Amino acid sequence: MNRFEYSRAETLGAAVGAEGALLAGGTNLLDLMKIGVATPERLVDISRLSLDRIEESAGGLRIGAMVRNADIARDPQVLARYPALAEALLSGASAQLRNAATTGGNVMQATRCSYFQDPLSPCNRRAPGSGCGALGGATRNHAVLGWTEGCIAVHPSDMCVALAAYDAVVEITGPEGLREVPMEEFHPLPDAEGSGAAPLAPGEIITHIRLPDPRALARNARYVKLRERTSFAFAIVSAAAALAIEDGVITEARLALGGVAARPWRCRAAEAALKGQPATAASFARAAELATEGARPSGDNAAKIPLAQRIALRALERAAAGTPERLPALPASVFAGDDNG
Amino acid sequence: MDDLMNMQGQGHVRLGSSAGQALTRRDGILKVTGAATYAADNRPDGLLHAVLATAGIAKGRVTHLDVAAAEAHPGVVKVYTPQTAPRLAVSPDEKIHPFVWRMETLTDDSVRYAGQPIALVLAETLEAATEGARLLAPRYETEAHGVTLDDAEPFETDTTAFGRPAGHSSGDVDAARATAARHVSTTVETSQQYHNAIEPHAITARWEGDRLEIDTPNQAIGLSKQTFAAFLGIDPSQIVLRSPFLGGGFGSKAILYGGQMLAILSARDLGRPVKLVLRRDQMYGPVGHRAPTRQALQIDLDAEGNIAALEHDTVTLTSTFDQFLESASNASHSLYAAPNLRTSHRGRRADVGTPGPMRAPGEAPGSAALEIAMDAAAQAAGMDPLEFRLKNYAESDPSTGMAFSSKGLRECYAEAAKLFGWAERSAAPRSMRQGRLLKGWGMGTAQFPCPMFQAAAHATLRADGSAVIETSAADMGQGAWTALAQIAADGLGIDIDKVEFRSGHSDLPDAGVAGGSGHTATAGTALFNAGADAVRQLAELATNDPASPLFGAGNAGVTARSGRLYRNDDERSEAYEDILARAGLELVRGEGTGAREGEPDRAMFSHGAVFAEVLVDPDLGQVRVSRLIGAFAAGRIVNPRLARSQLLGGMIWGIGMALQEEAVHDTRSGRLTNADLAGYHVPVNADVPMIEALTVHEDDPFVNALGIKGVGEIGVTGTVGAIGNAVWHATGVQPTRFPIHPESLI
Ligand SMILES: Cc1cc2nc3c(=O)[nH]c(=O)nc-3n(C[C@H](O)[C@H](O)[C@H](O)COP(=O)(O)OP(=O)(O)OC[C@H]3O[C@@H](n4cnc5c(N)ncnc54)[C@H](O)[C@@H]3O)c2cc1C
Ligand code: SF4
Repeated sequence: MNRFEYSRAETLGAAVGAEGALLAGGTNLLDLMKIGVATPERLVDISRLSLDRIEESAGGLRIGAMVRNADIARDPQVLARYPALAEALLSGASAQLRNAATTGGNVMQATRCSYFQDPLSPCNRRAPGSGCGALGGATRNHAVLGWTEGCIAVHPSDMCVALAAYDAVVEITGPEGLREVPMEEFHPLPDAEGSGAAPLAPGEIITHIRLPDPRALARNARYVKLRERTSFAFAIVSAAAALAIEDGVITEARLALGGVAARPWRCRAAEAALKGQPATAASFARAAELATEGARPSGDNAAKIPLAQRIALRALERAAAGTPERLPALPASVFAGDDNG
Repeated sequence: MDDLMNMQGQGHVRLGSSAGQALTRRDGILKVTGAATYAADNRPDGLLHAVLATAGIAKGRVTHLDVAAAEAHPGVVKVYTPQTAPRLAVSPDEKIHPFVWRMETLTDDSVRYAGQPIALVLAETLEAATEGARLLAPRYETEAHGVTLDDAEPFETDTTAFGRPAGHSSGDVDAARATAARHVSTTVETSQQYHNAIEPHAITARWEGDRLEIDTPNQAIGLSKQTFAAFLGIDPSQIVLRSPFLGGGFGSKAILYGGQMLAILSARDLGRPVKLVLRRDQMYGPVGHRAPTRQALQIDLDAEGNIAALEHDTVTLTSTFDQFLESASNASHSLYAAPNLRTSHRGRRADVGTPGPMRAPGEAPGSAALEIAMDAAAQAAGMDPLEFRLKNYAESDPSTGMAFSSKGLRECYAEAAKLFGWAERSAAPRSMRQGRLLKGWGMGTAQFPCPMFQAAAHATLRADGSAVIETSAADMGQGAWTALAQIAADGLGIDIDKVEFRSGHSDLPDAGVAGGSGHTATAGTALFNAGADAVRQLAELATNDPASPLFGAGNAGVTARSGRLYRNDDERSEAYEDILARAGLELVRGEGTGAREGEPDRAMFSHGAVFAEVLVDPDLGQVRVSRLIGAFAAGRIVNPRLARSQLLGGMIWGIGMALQEEAVHDTRSGRLTNADLAGYHVPVNADVPMIEALTVHEDDPFVNALGIKGVGEIGVTGTVGAIGNAVWHATGVQPTRFPIHPESLI
């Protein structure tokens, strides 16, 4: 690994505008440095910043960027009001990693595209203009939505899928001051040349994630994740669903897909189609079909499209059945449903 | 039983006081407290860190390395390239014995696979060496390459792995086929797999003058010492090799690789100790793997459902510069009663590292395919899979006609089927459900040979009644430190707590290889014999000594038990300490060997039956192995706790092989796309909700005097097929490829 300088930011002021890569839990950045994908000359350790609280905010919650993934997942407020977020977090990585990983780091984690991780492969995301190494290669895990020939990578986060479904907002502080971006739009989709604009300008830092009041959505929310290994594996496809149901009628629906695009993919057409409909299998099936509107394979991953529809359907059905009192022992697992005996 | 009589000599010893007990690992506390030192934990003074630079192309030539940039990096001491690397004493292709692979020691600038070592950087720190290796920024001249089973023409071969014959034919398959009632043809592919031992390959090498000290995890200490010596051109007596603990080996640490040689050569060249630890990604290339296979099986049945003919052909890959062919078809040799039997293997050469032995080499993929074919045949015969296997139960080895030394397979089928509840299975695919999930039940037969190697051991009884036993065994985590000591304690007739075990060191008598599931049998026999030899000497002392209560008991004999010798003709006894004290001796030392003499005239195998239940989500294709139950007949079980761990571990490997494990190449670059433990999946605890391994009683007087078979590898066999068949039963989709992907089931 290259030589680098290390400093620790004790205050937010010291972190904002600092030159160098921000180091939070390090579970992603340090790995990338070890394999030569990230070669920062300076590391600014922000892991001690006091952005480590979950607070009430305007009826919702405000989660500091340094809160550990494990702490969000076991926060009583989160469990009670945003259960799909807790379930998504607990379905990700391993207990050890979740203890180290931070909110900000999870949002900013790099794609797991193996060509991005291989410094010998061309990659527009890692080396703009070099081409996309994945295109035409081993693409079973790549995008089916929102991709271009410039980049077919997916964003790997489970947490962000649930956050997008909950209309979360990313709070950013930079040298120019504060700004906010909806989670749904935070990760840029690739343009024809590759990665698209950077989500953060140099010197900017994520300080919080804000969650609006979930209202009735709290009662009917789930996250489901498909993978070959029951735990400690990224999603092949995943879905977060939250429903507000009054007298059997859906008054509000949220649906987001993971593992399909360079960002958590909000399924607006499906949501619109559900609103005002009875909470029935037929409504969900129609919505699930709309969930992948515009999808097309980017390689040998055509199966992801039906799988994404079906995981969306499963998430909707599970959400409609009601948030369980306790999260299942295998969070988000296909095999963790009451529907499965 | 002659061996046993000889071994008992004048002082009888019994196996069974300590052996047979479910002792916990004697090295457990050392390991969980971090006190156990692994090879890479050694830090001799003046240590240099070595890092390999590896090739980024699959085939061609290195045309440039920026050695100047690397050597200019602070801390870098030396860069070895093909131009400057110190040389072995003999050709890197020398085959001094069948367990030698080409020693890739930077002998030329050609690249034969992605990940091949192309330079070695030595530096004062690991970080500097790592950065030095990166700064080499190799340039290449590339040639067209191929890395898959489809990329080259098959070649015929006389031998497969370890020099086994590549083909077998008994009876007349073609004639039987011509008159058979039914013909069932099955093809199954298995993936390229890596060992993924949690401890990477590592070596610390230090020269003291012309004496070489090596710390390296190794499964075959005696043989490796000879191999190191031969390639270095020194006498074996100049080498000390220490390998007290291995963090897993699974076959990959039975073989020596060029990297180890390079570390030793550079330590000599630079006059400083050198440590080389492979990075995780470097474990996927130069240190062996299990090659992918494509297997075709033909089963011909008569009208009653008897197998009339069985044919098993395997195509598998090897490297362009060495040969190790996964002997998968051999799985069909000795399992089912096939009066007409033909097996064959062909190889293809690809631009990959040379494959090597990996837990149940040949048997694992071969069994996976055979068990799928057996279910296909059972379906064709309209029979239950278990009924069909029982109908075709081999009473003798069909490939040789030899009787089995013992075969408790019927009991295995019965016990495991009962515990599993197999009788409740409904025959039709997709006919069992749990909620919305498809439920499937499948089974497979497990079988693994019982080889013995050569081992020697010493057992020394000391004046205080304690003992030290010595043999260079390898504890890979399987529990050799414990199981072997149990056998030795019984050989000595003392309590295991009085036994100090010296092992994992090349100055000790050679324990042979920890491989082929034959280590406990081989090294255990040597230790037992050594103990019995020590007891015999004590007995001679006592029975000839008028001052001993045992005087004159020579004809009736004495029996050793709990540190005393007991007369067989009356109640009198004497403690070992007293016998030694009176004789004025500090110790008596027994010697023993373990080996199988002559060509066996019986077929010797462990057997087992594995039953799997899977749940499959019909919409999403995800598979969960919800229950896995195996029963195994593996001769005498020396330590039930450790044996169960081995069997469960093997079965869990089966889950991985059936559903997860797969190295994925980018065929264009020839590089792997998942060369780490995040991308290459092996099972986690959550994948193993309910698993059990039983052992059935089996006395085998022929396999060796102690009746010990092996348990290290058999668990993988049978399991993969059982899971595949369960998926088939659940979904109606016949597996044609392992691992089974969800996409293939929707
Ligand atoms: C083996 C493995 C398996 C995994 N499996 C999963 C999984 O199944 N699902 C899943 O969702 N995730 C998974 N992860 C990813 C894991 O969630 C991320 O590594 C983790 O969330 C990153 O957080 P961190 O604090 O360690 O980030 P770091 O590694 O410290 O940083 C990651 C990136 O974020 C930037 N950054 C960090 N904090 C901020 C901030 N406040 N503002 C701006 N930029 C910031 C850093 O500069 C860096 O670029 C897995 C990781 C591993 C290693
Ligand atoms: S898909 Fe994107 S991240 Fe992957 S290689 Fe192409 S450009 Fe890079």
